Amino acid sequence: MKLKGAGAAFLRELKLAWSGGGGAALPLGFFAAACSLTPLTLGPESDLLKAAGPGVIWIALALSSLLPMERLFQADLEDGTLDAYAGSGVALEGIAAAKTAAHWVATGLPLALVSPVLWIMLQGPVAAAPMVALISAIGSAAFFFFGAIGAALAAGVRRGGLLIALVALPLYSPAMIFGAAAMYAAAAGGDWGPALMLTAAAALFGVALSPFAAALALRAAID
Amino acid sequence: MAVLSLFANPHRFMAISKPFAWGFTMLGGGMILYGVYMGLFVAPADVRQGDAARIMFVHVPSMWLSMFAFAFMAGASFVSLIWRHALADVAAKSAAPIGAVFTALGLITGSIWGYPIWGTWWEWDARITSVLILFFIYLGYLAVWQAMETPQKAARAAAILCLVGAANLPIIHFSVDWWNTLHQPATFFTEDNNAPYGFKVPMYIVALGYLSLFGGLTLINMRAEIMMTRAEMMMQRKLAAG
Repeated sequence: MKLKGAGAAFLRELKLAWSGGGGAALPLGFFAAACSLTPLTLGPESDLLKAAGPGVIWIALALSSLLPMERLFQADLEDGTLDAYAGSGVALEGIAAAKTAAHWVATGLPLALVSPVLWIMLQGPVAAAPMVALISAIGSAAFFFFGAIGAALAAGVRRGGLLIALVALPLYSPAMIFGAAAMYAAAAGGDWGPALMLTAAAALFGVALSPFAAALALRAAID
Repeated sequence: MAVLSLFANPHRFMAISKPFAWGFTMLGGGMILYGVYMGLFVAPADVRQGDAARIMFVHVPSMWLSMFAFAFMAGASFVSLIWRHALADVAAKSAAPIGAVFTALGLITGSIWGYPIWGTWWEWDARITSVLILFFIYLGYLAVWQAMETPQKAARAAAILCLVGAANLPIIHFSVDWWNTLHQPATFFTEDNNAPYGFKVPMYIVALGYLSLFGGLTLINMRAEIMMTRAEMMMQRKLAAG
């Protein structure tokens, strides 16, 4: 399996995401807006927000991570870049991993940086904010890599975004459960280590599984 | 592999499958009726739950079938991806709606059972939740078949999703287990299966009836699928001939 060249794909993807029209910042706006809607429905009482905040942030983070998925492979399939990748001799598994990782760096990490701000706005303890960024970074990696499986499956489908959501959301369950548990442990000032490690395990399982499933699906989409 | 290649030919499959399709379906229907009759009128009432527990004779076997059907689909998807077996895709596709219906039936009967015993129609308990997630995976699988342009592409994508789902199911199951548990643990298929004889017999009869019905309906679906493909080919040939 030839992986040389996957690094170039990673850099290309980062440049595209951060250049104008890349849309890497859009999920950040969605994330912030979705969390800001919470007090409008639950009410602004700080006790209620304290109780609901960590879970709400976690759901919003998962949904925001789904947003870049529709175009993750579709754009490259439409303009023939994926054919060029396939013909270049570089393993498609490497390409899929590089693209997903680049989008996680371009969108997932910024989401993790916004997360503590929303945490404080939803009355979470300020002392836990750095932990929240760490938990969100690891959780978003799980969401991006599991989402990439759905993205590759739906690459050839017009308006495949909803299909990706239906396919990927059940796969999110472990990261949802353990990530939210870590968030609540951080909110209570308790031991967030075990839950964070389980979240990381879910993320690593996604990182290990996703490139192979995605490459299989992309090969089917190309021919 | 000899068995696999024996059924690789759709013509041979069509030639021999018809009696099996209808035979399994009718046998399954008969066994379910007999098993449910035994469960409702012959089996003793549960010591603690009274007659309410009789719903287990339809509830528990449908949960077994919901998992069996997914395992069957995963096996068929594996065969389809590795050997490009012509009938494996058709088998997985045909089994999916039946598995989804058994899953829904299990959720609904569980809900009906839960109301008199737990006092609620729905409880976010570990096993209920993981079955609900299994149901969503079924829906995603069916949606993939619907969404693709060509059946070949749909078959590949659906097979990949099915295997990814099968790899994730145990993890989802355990993570949900740690999250919250109220449902009673499994009784059957454990080493100290202490269910009374009067419960076991109708339970196994209904379960085998479900299995037979599942096999029969899957074969009927597969036959319909193959006939549909043939009809489409005939149409195209007619159009090409002008």
